[in-house]
Amino acid sequence: MVMVKCPVCGEQVSVDDNALPGEIVEHECGAQLEVFNDHGKLSLRLAEQVGEDWGE
Amino acid sequence: MKIGISYDVIRWEEKDLLQAIRRYGSTPVPIYLKDFHLTTEERLEDSPDLIVQRSVSHKRAQLSTLVFEGMGLSVVNPSTTLLLCQNKLHTTIQLSVNKISTPRTGIAFDETSALKLASKIGYPVVLKPIEGSWGRMTAKALDEDTLRSLLEYQRYTNTYYNNAFYLQEFVKKPDRDIRVFVIGDEAPVGIYRVNERNWRTNTALGARAEPLKVDEELEDLALRVREVVGGHFLGVDIFEDKERGYLVNEVNAVPEYKNTVRVTGFDVSGKLVSKLTEVIKR
Repeated sequence: MVMVKCPVCGEQVSVDDNALPGEIVEHECGAQLEVFNDHGKLSLRLAEQVGEDWGE
Repeated sequence: MKIGISYDVIRWEEKDLLQAIRRYGSTPVPIYLKDFHLTTEERLEDSPDLIVQRSVSHKRAQLSTLVFEGMGLSVVNPSTTLLLCQNKLHTTIQLSVNKISTPRTGIAFDETSALKLASKIGYPVVLKPIEGSWGRMTAKALDEDTLRSLLEYQRYTNTYYNNAFYLQEFVKKPDRDIRVFVIGDEAPVGIYRVNERNWRTNTALGARAEPLKVDEELEDLALRVREVVGGHFLGVDIFEDKERGYLVNEVNAVPEYKNTVRVTGFDVSGKLVSKLTEVIKR
């Protein structure tokens, strides 16, 4: 596991080492976050909201 | 073999597919669309033998599939299938032309005409966005008064097709509809989607999945749908009508199947990978 800073509350969030970009992480502060690759480093950002074109 | 997974959000399905690809002895190549940037002359670094399109965003799915196809790569499902299934009017027309029964449906481009169309179809009518999923913004109008309000609401949304009114008869189905999965040239699994409290039977809106035995008639229908829309992996949504029998409501070109696997125990990802391996070997 790697510790990554929550972009909303600033707390540390544990993320699986093998997490892929696009994985969703629910943080206890209530934020829904997505993993992304920030210049080779796993990072978190606010997850994209459900879009009008989302679905099956 | 290398099988690409084109995606924007990793859901249960994408994780299961990645595992199934490894289990079947192939190498998965995840392609995260939000990191994707290539000129049309470039090629993917780790070029897969085939790509499974799993983007939850229809626009990203459609556009990235066009780019991959432009590189000479096979995509499941191809852009033609995505285009046809993601536009409900396009789906309905192609099914009707090919003599596959659908609910009675019409289109109008103005509120007054939409009210006339509803009178022809008969109330209650269902107003649906031409592009959309998970039952979002699908609304039932019991009478003209309600429909007038719904049309006005749609007109003032900022959706792309806000001035095209897709109206459908309200099919008095039992408290369920049917989802049959087409995987390659088979229709091996399906579910009932049951909801006693909401006429919209999307699992995204709380419908309960229950196992369904795909009989010969349903399998034949699902495979006829595949002949019309193409592709290797489809979720075909079917209504049961007392008088007319099965009516095909919609076809999903990037179907979700977590609940299907949960209630049937059927290995959808494994079956898909096995069928894709056959496609690659051809």
